[in-house]
Amino acid sequence: MGPAHKSAGRLKIYAASCRNPLHNRLSILAFSSYGPRYFIAGARLATTDEDTTLANATSPEPTRRDFLYIATGAAATVGVGLAAWPFVDQMNPTSAVLAMASIEVDVSAIRPGQQVIFKWRGHPLFVRRRTAKEVAEARAVPPSDLPDGLARNANLTDTAPATDANRTIKPEWLVVVGVCTHLGCTPTVSTPQSPQGSYGGWLCHCHGSEYDTAGRIRKGPAPQNLAVPPYAFTGPTKIKIG
Amino acid sequence: MKRSLLALLALTVPAFAAEDLTQPLAPQKQAWSFDGVTGAYDRGALQRGFQIYKEVCAACHSLNMVAFHDLAAPGGPGFTEAQAKVIAASYKIPAEPNDRGEIFDEKGNRLTRPGILADHFPPPFANEQAARASNGGALPPDLSLIVKARQGGPDYVYSIITGFNQKPPRGFAVQEGKYYNPYFAGRNISMPPPLNQGSVTFSDGTPPTVANEAKAVVTFLSWASEPQLEARHRLGMQVLAFLVLVAGLLFLSYRKIWHGKPEDEGVAHDLPGSPTEKAEVGDPDTLSGG
Amino acid sequence: MAHQSSYVPKTGFTRWLDQRLPIIRLVNDSFVTYPTPRNLNFWYVFGGILAVMLVVQIVSGIVLSMHYVPNADLAFGSVEQRIMREVNYGWLLRYIHANGASMFFLAVYVHIFRGLYYGSYKAPREILWILGVFIYLLMMATAFFGYVLPWGQMSFWGATVITSLFSAIDQVIPNLGTAITHWLWGDFAVGDATLNRFFSLHYLLPFVIAGVVGLHIWALHVPGNNNPLGIDVKGPQDTVPFHPFYTVKDGFYMVLFFIVFLGFVFYAPNFFGNPDNYIQANPLVTPPDIVPEWYLLPFYAMLRAIPSKLIGVLVLVGSLLTLLVVPWLDTSKVRSCRFRPLMKQLFWVFVADCLLLGYVGSQTADAAWHFGEAELPLVWLARLGTLYYFGFFWVLMPWIGKKEVTRPLPESIAQSVLAKGGH
Repeated sequence: MGPAHKSAGRLKIYAASCRNPLHNRLSILAFSSYGPRYFIAGARLATTDEDTTLANATSPEPTRRDFLYIATGAAATVGVGLAAWPFVDQMNPTSAVLAMASIEVDVSAIRPGQQVIFKWRGHPLFVRRRTAKEVAEARAVPPSDLPDGLARNANLTDTAPATDANRTIKPEWLVVVGVCTHLGCTPTVSTPQSPQGSYGGWLCHCHGSEYDTAGRIRKGPAPQNLAVPPYAFTGPTKIKIG
Repeated sequence: MKRSLLALLALTVPAFAAEDLTQPLAPQKQAWSFDGVTGAYDRGALQRGFQIYKEVCAACHSLNMVAFHDLAAPGGPGFTEAQAKVIAASYKIPAEPNDRGEIFDEKGNRLTRPGILADHFPPPFANEQAARASNGGALPPDLSLIVKARQGGPDYVYSIITGFNQKPPRGFAVQEGKYYNPYFAGRNISMPPPLNQGSVTFSDGTPPTVANEAKAVVTFLSWASEPQLEARHRLGMQVLAFLVLVAGLLFLSYRKIWHGKPEDEGVAHDLPGSPTEKAEVGDPDTLSGG
Repeated sequence: MAHQSSYVPKTGFTRWLDQRLPIIRLVNDSFVTYPTPRNLNFWYVFGGILAVMLVVQIVSGIVLSMHYVPNADLAFGSVEQRIMREVNYGWLLRYIHANGASMFFLAVYVHIFRGLYYGSYKAPREILWILGVFIYLLMMATAFFGYVLPWGQMSFWGATVITSLFSAIDQVIPNLGTAITHWLWGDFAVGDATLNRFFSLHYLLPFVIAGVVGLHIWALHVPGNNNPLGIDVKGPQDTVPFHPFYTVKDGFYMVLFFIVFLGFVFYAPNFFGNPDNYIQANPLVTPPDIVPEWYLLPFYAMLRAIPSKLIGVLVLVGSLLTLLVVPWLDTSKVRSCRFRPLMKQLFWVFVADCLLLGYVGSQTADAAWHFGEAELPLVWLARLGTLYYFGFFWVLMPWIGKKEVTRPLPESIAQSVLAKGGH
C-alpha cells in the first residue's frame, strides 16, 4: 500500500460490477447507484483528497476475482442443496416399514367363490378362490375387448397381454391389490348372492368402475386392471406376497 | 489384554491406599474398534457378541428396540438377509389371534409363531413383575441402550461383566442373594457372574476367555445402542471436509472484499475487522491500544 | 429503516411490486445497503449465527415432530427407536436438534457478554437489549420444554424439579403454589398430560421467538449497530454496506461455527447429554444426581445457594429480571469497556463468576473442595458467586459509572480506523 495515499482521512469504496465494466465502481458515500443487481466484486479503501462521489476505477481483473466469488457461491449453494437431503429423505418409509413389505399368508381356509382380504403395505390385498365357472368366464373374453390390454402382473414382463392365464399363477387363486386404479378406493367383491356390477368381479362404489373375475377393468373411469403384486406359492396353500 | 490388566492394576493399587467402599471403582479403560473419528465395529466381535447375547444374556435381558432385520443392515453384525431370516425364525414370537380368536392353547400356553425379519427380539419375561419374580426382586434392564445409558459407556459395561470373582475387602458385607462387584454402585449387584471361561463355543475359533467374551458382547451391545455409528462417522468426514473447503473459499472472498488486492488496483488500506488483523480475534479488547 | 433507502426498482414488475409491497426494498435496506459500522470485530458475528441457529432448530424440530409421539407410553420409543433407528437420517436430525440447542446457548452467551462489554444496552438501545432478554427467557423455556420430550429419566425429573419451583408460592399464599403445580401438570404429578402440553408449547414458543427476533432486528436497525468503540456513527465515512462486507464476514465465521457444531453432532453427539436420559422415565425412581442442562447451571447454583425454598426461587427469578433493568443500572456516559478500565476488570470478574456458578451447579449439592484438612463446601462458593452476581449489577454498575475516570474517546470511528491503519 502506498503511503502517499494515506495523507488524508477521506474514505472511498470502489466496487466492480461483474456484469457491466462501465459501471464497475461506486462510492458508498453516495448510495445512489447501489442496488442488488450489483454484485460487489471487490472493494477497498482509498484515502485521497479527490472527489468522494463517483470516480473512475482502475481496470479490475474480473476473471480471477469472479471465479473466486462464483466458486464460493456455488459451493455454498451445493452445500445447502446437499444438506436438504436428510430433511427430505426422513419422510420416506422407515426401515421398519420396509421390513414389513413382505408378508406370508395361509389361504387354506378360503372356500371356492370366496374372497379374503389381507393387509399388505397398508393396502387391502384380495385373495379370491375362483370357481371353475368364474375362471371360464374370464377366459372367454378376448384381450382385444378389454379397455386395458396389459396383464399388470408384477411377476411378468410389463408388456404381457391381459389374458386370464397372465393374471394368475394358479388359475384357482387370484391375488390382486384391492386398490381401484382410478383414485384408490377399495372395490366391493361381487358374489352370486350380492352381484356388484355386471362382470362378476368387483364394483368400485366411488366412481362406478367395474372389474371382471380376473380383476380386469371392464367399464367405468379406471384406466388399468387391478394390480397383481409380486407373490409366490411357498406351499400348496401358502402365499408369500412382496 | 495386557493393557486391560495394567489398567486394572493402576486402578486397584491406589484403591488399596484409601478405598472408599461406598463408591464404585472407575471403569477399566479398554481400546475399542469403534473409538475415534474413523472407528467402526469389528464384524467378528459383533457376530460373537450376538452369539453371547443369544446364548447367555437373553435368558434374563430383553433387547426390545433391535429388530431382526437390523442384523443384516449396513454397519451391523454383517449377517446376510438369508442368515437373518434363519435367526428370526429360530425365535418364538407371541402369535396374533388365530381364526378362533385364541392366543392360548388348550394347556394355557401362549401361542407362538416363528419370527420374521420385521419382528423385534422377544423379551424373556412377559412383564416387569414376571421378570422381578424370576430374579429375586431385581429387574434385569433392557439392553437396547445400555451402553449409552451408563456413565463410562462400553468401559463400564465391560467392567461390570468382568468385575466378579474379586474378594470383597475385609469388613465389607455382601448382601444375601447378591454378588460383590466393585464397579457397581453400592458394590452389591443382583446379577450373578454372567460369563465364564468357555461359556460359549465360538465358531470362528476365538478362544472363549472371559475377556474375549466380554469384549465381544460389549461390542454387540454398543452397536445395539448406536447402530448408526459407522454411517455417522463416514458422513461426518464428508460433511466436515466440505465445510473446510467452503470455509477456505469464504476466507479468500472475505480477504479480497475487505482489503482488495494491491497488485490489481494500486492501493489498498486494510479495513478493520479484516482477516489480516488476527489479533482482534480471540480478545475483544486488543484494539484498545488505538 | 433509519437510513435513506437507496433501492431503485429496475424492472416493470419490481416497480409494480414496490408500490404495493416494498418487500425487496425492505430486504435491500436491511441486509444489503444497511450502513454498518466499519469496525465491528469477531464478537459481532454471533447475531447472524444465532439467526441461522434459530432456523436450524425450527426446521429440524418440525421434521422431528413428524415422527415424535407426545404420549408418556410411546414418547421414549418414538425417539430412541423410531427416530434414532428407523427413520432415514433420523439419528442425524435428532443429534442436530439436541446439540443445536447447546450451540444456540453457547452463541447467545457470547452475544450477551459482548453486549455487556461494549455497552450495547445503553441509550438509545434499551429496547433492543430488553427484547434480547425476552428472547433469552423464551429460549430457556423452549429448551426446558424440549428436554422433557424424549421422556428419559432426566426429562422427567428435570420437569418435576423445575415445575415444583412454583410450589414455593405456598409459603406466601398457602395451597396456591400446589394448585399452580397441579395446573401446570394437569395431574398430581408430571405425567402424560404434562408431556402433551409441553410438546405443544415447545412447538409454539420458537415461533414466538422468531417474532421477537424480528422486533430485535427492527430495534437494531433504527439506531444502527453499536461498535467496539461504543461511539456513535458520525457519517457515511464510518460505515460500510452490510453486503458484501458483513455477509462475507458473518458467513465465514458461521461456517467455522458449523464445523464445531457438526463436529459434536458427528463425533461427540452425547457430549452435552446425560446418560440417564437414555433410561425411560420412571416416576418411582429418581436418578442419584439431578443436573440441568449446562446452560442453566449458573442459575441452578444460585437456587441451591439459598437454604430457604421461597428466597431461593426469588433469587432465581431476580437474577433473570435484573437483566431487564441493566440499561438503567449503568450510569456511565461511556458505552464501551475499552475506555472504562475499572469496569473492564469487573466485567471479566463477572464472566469468571458465571463460570464458577456454572461449575458449582454441575457438582452435587454436598460437594466440597479439600485443602489438606480444611474443607470448603461449594455451597459457600455459590453464595459468594450469587452475591457478586447481584452486586455487579445493583451496586458496582451504578456506582462505578459515576466514579470511574474513563479514557478519552476517539473523535470518530473513521479517525480511529485510520490511526490504526497508518502502521
